[in-house]
Amino acid sequence: MAEIKCVELCKDYQQGDAVIKALDHVTIDIEQGSFLCLSGPSGSGKTTLLNMIGGLDELDSGQISIDGERVDLLGKGPLADLRLHHIGFVFQAYNLIPVLTAQENVEFVMQVQGVPAKERKKKALDILREVGLEGMEHRRPAELSGGQQQRVAVARAIVSQPKLVLADEPTANLDSVSATHLMELFCALNSTHGVTFLIATHDERVMRYAKRLIKMQDGKIIEDREQEPS
Amino acid sequence: MTLDLRMAWRNLWRHKRRTWLTATAMIFSNVLLIFMISLQLGSYDMMINNTLQAFSGHLQVQHDGYNHNPKLRTSIPSVLALAEQVRQALPGAGVTARAAAFALASSELRSVGIQVIGVQPDHEPRVSTLPGLVQEGRFLQDPDAAEIVIGGVLARNLKVTTGDELTLLGSGRDGSFAAGVVTVVGIFNSSSVDMDRSLAEIPLGYFQDTFAMEGHGNSIAISTDNLEQIPAASGRVNNIIAGQDALVLLDWTALHPGLQQAIKADFSSAWFMYGVLIILVAFSVLNTQLMSVLERTREFGVITALGIKPSRLASLVMLETALMAAIGLAIGVLLGALVALYFNAAGFSYPGMDEMAVRFNLPASIYPSVSVISLLLGPAVVFLFCLLASIYPALRLFRLRPVEAMRAV
Repeated sequence: MAEIKCVELCKDYQQGDAVIKALDHVTIDIEQGSFLCLSGPSGSGKTTLLNMIGGLDELDSGQISIDGERVDLLGKGPLADLRLHHIGFVFQAYNLIPVLTAQENVEFVMQVQGVPAKERKKKALDILREVGLEGMEHRRPAELSGGQQQRVAVARAIVSQPKLVLADEPTANLDSVSATHLMELFCALNSTHGVTFLIATHDERVMRYAKRLIKMQDGKIIEDREQEPS
Repeated sequence: MTLDLRMAWRNLWRHKRRTWLTATAMIFSNVLLIFMISLQLGSYDMMINNTLQAFSGHLQVQHDGYNHNPKLRTSIPSVLALAEQVRQALPGAGVTARAAAFALASSELRSVGIQVIGVQPDHEPRVSTLPGLVQEGRFLQDPDAAEIVIGGVLARNLKVTTGDELTLLGSGRDGSFAAGVVTVVGIFNSSSVDMDRSLAEIPLGYFQDTFAMEGHGNSIAISTDNLEQIPAASGRVNNIIAGQDALVLLDWTALHPGLQQAIKADFSSAWFMYGVLIILVAFSVLNTQLMSVLERTREFGVITALGIKPSRLASLVMLETALMAAIGLAIGVLLGALVALYFNAAGFSYPGMDEMAVRFNLPASIYPSVSVISLLLGPAVVFLFCLLASIYPALRLFRLRPVEAMRAV
């Protein structure tokens, strides 16, 4: 479970002589167990907001807290620990470790977390079965389809039962069947485990699953509404 | 196998050709280092043995102080009995008693100052190669005969040949006037101008009579089969002389300090050359690992985004280097050992070495010394430098920013 508070987040990027306002005084509260989609055109600031909440990038100004802990004040080490133990990431490009099998990719983070080998293996096999990859545990990423790779990435993100999952365009490279399976999986995890999902997307199919939809443009929130998932 | 180890191993083979090229550089340098170091150590062994076998032996029992200030009076009482005792304690070793004095040697035409060594004719050939270098006449035979063997240069200077007589004039151990007439029975050519010009050997019995030694001698020279036997032999001889405080046992490093220094100097200069080779290999590793880190920037960015700390990634890079270096070490040591063992059995000779060997009464080949040190010293240093070379690529990971790294192509 994670409660996220973002207050007056600002982030500028320099592009040549121009200054791009990636986040322009963004303030949002995200409740525990939310299933929230950030939408908007490319360059609207969705990914930057996810990166800031996940502690992957530094703010110019503003405050972010997760469950009352100020993320923006943490050093590199504690930030890494926060990501390792409490946040799961799903990236657009899957980003699996190419030399590891599906099972090893899932086990890798748990090994760093210090989970014993036996427990690690059991959890990895269970989660891979849950995401529909039973029998493919020993395949390397290159031997899996895009949808299968993304499911491995999801399994890696959720295997340690993080409080928060940050997903950046998770369906961008998936066909509609794979995208539907993935979103149903996210919904199931959200409803059964209460994991907070924050998904950046401009895929209408994904937005339909969201309980809350935030639209961004030019680094600002232009719409923030609750909706009934369909 | 842990996940990290598996990952490191598989990462190595993502670019097989590059890994093998780097590993081959390590293998080549390891083989070369093993052969060169083995050959070098073998040549040192040969150099030491040849030097010691020429005259001094590996060990000497002397009166304390004689080595630094050799005087006839600084002597060992009952030297023949003590030598016999040592001989019985060291059945495989050559043991000979000696005495040494300076004398004026006069022929009919010339007089020259020389060093006269009294030796045991029947035991001296087991300690010294000098008896084998007699090229005209013969070596001494009778322990009490008035005979002398002299160097070729001395024979020319005195204008004598075998069968001629020399008069020796000197000072006895008791300070008395020592004089004797000896017949030249042999002329040696050691190829050492100093020895050939100023050294002469006479039987120890005759020496003791002439120089009023009263059973004394100046040293007992001991020659072992090889340098490894020295510690054991030293232990036994020390037990024998333990009750005689005035006597000391000196090993070759004390007898020939210059030889040890020369070996150290040679070893140091050789390591300068080896150092160049090792640094070249280390740079090759640096290049490989730097490329490997740079082309995996995106992957490392993702891993750090997942919460893995840079220190863990750095140790992964070091582990990859260690594995690559271990391949180079294992294959290098195996091939190097085979090469060294082959030449250890067959011997290794340079062009022209045969002629030199005949001239100096030395072996015609160098036999590389195969030992743990000769097999592992060079490869261990290569391994260490390869690890050091991977520090820089590993340190770059500490500067990695996940967001930027994940954008890398």
